[in-house]
Amino acid sequence: MPAVQETIDRVKEIDVDQYKYGFETIIEMEKAPKGLNEDIIRFISAKKNEPEWMLEWRLDAYRRWLTMQEPDWARVNYPKIDFNDLYYYAAPKSNEAPKSLDEVDPEILKTYEKLGIPLREQEMLAGIAPENRVAVDAVFDSVSVATTFKKELAEAGVIFCSISEAVHEHPELVKKYLGTVVPKSDNFYASLNSAVFTDGSFVYVPPGVRCPMELSTYFRINEKETGQFERTLIIADKGSYVSYLEGCTAPQRDENQLHAAVVELVALDDAEIKYSTVQNWYPGDAQGKGGIYNFVTKRGDCRGKNSIITWTQVETGSAITWKYPSCILRGDGSRGEFYSIAVSNGRQQIDSGTKMIHLGKNTTSRIISKGISAGHSENTYRGLVSAHRKASGARNFTNCDSLLIGNNCGAHTVPYIESKNASARFEHEATTSKISDEQLFYVMQRGLDEEEAVALIVNGFVKDVLQKLPMEFAVEAQKLISISLEGSVG
Amino acid sequence: MADMERINTPVETAIAEHFAGAKAVLPGDAGARETAFARFAEAGLPHRRVEEWKYTDLRSVMREAAPLAPALADDDAVAALEASPWFAGIEAARIAIANGHVVASASDFADLPEGVSLETTAQALASGHPDLAALGAIPEASENIAYALNSAFMSDGVVIRVAAGTKVETPLHLRFVITGDSAVATATRTLVIVEKGASVTLLESHDSADDVAHQPNNVVEIVAEDETEIAHFRIDGHGSGAQALSTLTAHLGAHVAFDTLNMIARPGLVRHQVFMTFAGEHSKGGVRGATMLGERQHADTTLFVNHVAPHCESRELFKTALDGNATGVFQGRIAVAKEAQKTDGQMMSAAVLLSDGATMNNKPELEIFADDVLCAHGATCGELDDDLLFYLMARGIPRPEAEALLIESFLGETVEEAVDETDEAMREALMGVARTWLAARG
Repeated sequence: MPAVQETIDRVKEIDVDQYKYGFETIIEMEKAPKGLNEDIIRFISAKKNEPEWMLEWRLDAYRRWLTMQEPDWARVNYPKIDFNDLYYYAAPKSNEAPKSLDEVDPEILKTYEKLGIPLREQEMLAGIAPENRVAVDAVFDSVSVATTFKKELAEAGVIFCSISEAVHEHPELVKKYLGTVVPKSDNFYASLNSAVFTDGSFVYVPPGVRCPMELSTYFRINEKETGQFERTLIIADKGSYVSYLEGCTAPQRDENQLHAAVVELVALDDAEIKYSTVQNWYPGDAQGKGGIYNFVTKRGDCRGKNSIITWTQVETGSAITWKYPSCILRGDGSRGEFYSIAVSNGRQQIDSGTKMIHLGKNTTSRIISKGISAGHSENTYRGLVSAHRKASGARNFTNCDSLLIGNNCGAHTVPYIESKNASARFEHEATTSKISDEQLFYVMQRGLDEEEAVALIVNGFVKDVLQKLPMEFAVEAQKLISISLEGSVG
Repeated sequence: MADMERINTPVETAIAEHFAGAKAVLPGDAGARETAFARFAEAGLPHRRVEEWKYTDLRSVMREAAPLAPALADDDAVAALEASPWFAGIEAARIAIANGHVVASASDFADLPEGVSLETTAQALASGHPDLAALGAIPEASENIAYALNSAFMSDGVVIRVAAGTKVETPLHLRFVITGDSAVATATRTLVIVEKGASVTLLESHDSADDVAHQPNNVVEIVAEDETEIAHFRIDGHGSGAQALSTLTAHLGAHVAFDTLNMIARPGLVRHQVFMTFAGEHSKGGVRGATMLGERQHADTTLFVNHVAPHCESRELFKTALDGNATGVFQGRIAVAKEAQKTDGQMMSAAVLLSDGATMNNKPELEIFADDVLCAHGATCGELDDDLLFYLMARGIPRPEAEALLIESFLGETVEEAVDETDEAMREALMGVARTWLAARG
C-alpha cells in the first residue's frame, strides 16, 4: 500500500505545530468600516458596481436576517458572535480589477504558490497531462483575484468566473438561478450570506457539454477580524457534466473568524455535478484558542429527471463546523450521494451531515459518513432522509461509522429518517467503536510502530470515501487525515 | 430578536386551573407538587420546536384538558375491569386501578406472594412513606414534561417492595382501566423497589373506552438493586380516542438483568417513554416494543438509555406496523459516559408501511464519550417484501392471510427475544394483541 506509506512519512515530517497553512500575507488591504447595517451592504454593492436589482436582493435578505434568531440546536458550543464587530469587506488594495495575472499583487501570487496552488497557466501545465488540468478561481478574503483557463473553457461553452463578474456578464442566468436552491430566508447564516456575500464562483455548463477539466476554487481568509462570505452557484444544464473542487485555508490567529458560505447547485435533466471539498481552515490551537467558525449552507437541487449530484467532503479544519450539504431529489429517477470524512482533534467541534429529500419517483440516495474523533473534540453526524407522499420507489442507504481515539472526545450520531411513502425503502446503520487491540496488535506484530499502525487502520476505515474523491484530491486528503491525527496516539 | 414571553394556550390555562383546584385535595406534600407544576408552567405543553417532542406536537393535538377523574363506585370499577382482557390467561396477583384510583376490592392484596409488600401511593403520599425517597432516581426523567405533570397531579398507584433474595414466582399484574362517557384525566405513579438478589415479573395493562378522549398519564418507576432479575411486560390497549402519556424509568444497579416489552395497539395518541440508567457494572437491559396502528392513530416511543457504569450491555428492538393514515415515531438515544468503558449497546428500529397514507419517523441517536465501546444502531422502513408475499401466495394462501402471517412474524420477533421460550402462556398473551389487531385489520 504505497499511499499509506506516503501518509506515514508525511506524519513524521510534520512538526508539533500541525497547521502548515497558518502564515499570513502582509499586504495593504481596503476594508469596509466595521459592523453591519444597510450602509455597509450598499458599500459592498457599490464596490462591486452592482446593478440595482442585486442591491435590492441583498437588502431584502438583510431585513429578513434581522428578524431571525441564531440557531442553537447544533451540538456545538461557542461564545456569542458579535456580528457588529466584524469587517464584512476586505480586499487587497491593488486589486482594481486586474486584467491579467501580471497586474495581480505579487504577494498574493506568492501566497497561492506557498499553498501549492499555481495560478500561472504555464506553470500548471508543466508536467501535467492535458486531461488532468484544473482550472482555478482564487478567492482572497472578499474578492476573486484570478480565474485560470477561462479562455479554453469558454471555447467549450463553459462559463467559469467569479460571481461578481457573473452578475455583470450573465445577469439573466444569475437572476434565474440565484437563491432558488437556498432562498434568502432559508436560515440565519444563509440570510446573512445573501445580504453581504462578497465573492465566490459561478459555473454554467451548457446542454450536452462535458466540462473539459476539473474546476476548482481556492478560498483563503487572510485579514484579521474579517468574515468571509462567499457564494457559489453551479448550473449543469441538460445532459452536462462538471466536477468541482473546493479548498480552503486561513492564517493561524488567536481570534475566531467567521466563514458563512452558501453553495447552490442546480442539475437539470440527465446532468451530473460532482462537488468535492477539502476543508482545512485553521482549527485553533490545542487549547481551543482561535480557529475558524465554519457555518455553511450547501444544497444541490436535482431539478431534472435522472440528474445526479454527488457531495464528497473531507473535513479536517475549523474550530467549529456546522454544515449539511444536501440534495433535493425533485426530478424522477434522480440520485444524490454524500461521502464524508470528518476528522476532529484538539478542541474542534463538528456538527455535520446531510439531507436527502426524496420528492420524485424512483429517486435514490446513498450516504457514507465516517467520523473520527481524537483529543478533546466533539464530532456529530446529523442527517435527514425523508420521502414525501409522491416519492414512490425511493431508496436510501445510509452508513455512518464513528471512531474514537482516546477517551476525552465524543462521537455522536443523530439521524432523522422520515418516510411518508410505503414503497420507499430506507436503511440506516451506524456503529461506533475504537480501533480494536486485536487489529493494532496484528499490524504492530508485523513491525509497524503504533502510530503507523493507527494510520494504516484509519486509512482502511475511510477508504470508501477516499475512493470517491478525484485523483488529485485523494492524495491530498490522505495526507490531511494523517496530519489531523498526529499526536492522538498514546 | 428579543425573546417573546410565552402566552398560555387555552389548554395550558385549563390545566393550570385544574391544578389550582386539585392541589389542596391531593395527598402528600403540596410544595413538591408546586415545584413540579412550575416546571410545566415554565415550559408549557411540548410542541414540534422542542427537539424531544418534534414528532408529537402535544400543543396542537391536545385541544381540551380533561378534569382529573374522581374515584369510581366499586361496581362501575369492577365492570370496567371485567371488560379488560389483557393477561387473562396468566396466573398473577392482580392490582386494580380504575380511573386513576386503586380498587382494593378487585385486587389480591390479601394474597400477595411472599416477600412482596405493598401500599397504595395515596396512602404512602399521605403518610410520607420513606420509600418515596426513591422516586425520581433518573434526573433526565424528572426534567421531562409528561413526568412533571404526573408529579404535580399524581393521585394514586402502588408502592411495591420486593424483599432481598426473594424469587417471586407469581407475576404482579397492574391492571389500569378508565371508564365513563365524558373524558377524564388520570395521573398514576407506581414505584417498584426490588431489593438485592430478588427477582420478579411485572405485568402492566391499560384499557380505556374507544371514542372518548381520556387523558391518562402513567409513570412506573423501577429501582433494581444489585443482582436482581426483573421482567416487565406491558400492553397498551387504550382506546382510539385516548391521548395517553406513559413513562417507565429503570434504575439498574450492578449485575442486574432487566427486560421490558411494550405492545401498543390502536390508541388515538400515545407517547411511551423509557428512561433506563445503568448505574452499576455488568448489567444487562433489554427494551423492546411492537406497535400496531391504523386510521389516524399516532404512537411515539422515546427511549433514553444512559450508560454511566462500565461493562454493561443494552439491547433495543422496536417493530412498527402502520396502516391507514397512521403515524409511527421512534426516538432512541443511547448515551455512553466517559467512564462507561466496554459498553455494548445495540439498537434497532424497523417499520413496515402497509398503506400509502402511513408515516414513519425514526430518530435513533448515539452519544458516545468513551472510546472502548461497541455501539450500533439501525433503522429501516419499507413495505412488505413482494417476494415473500409471492412465495406464500404461490402456495395457495390468499393475500390478506399471507400479509397477516408476515406482519405477525415481523412483530413477533420482539416477543421472541423478550419472553423465555418455555413460557408459552406469556407468549400467547402478548402475541394475542397482534393477532387481535390483525383480525380487526381484515
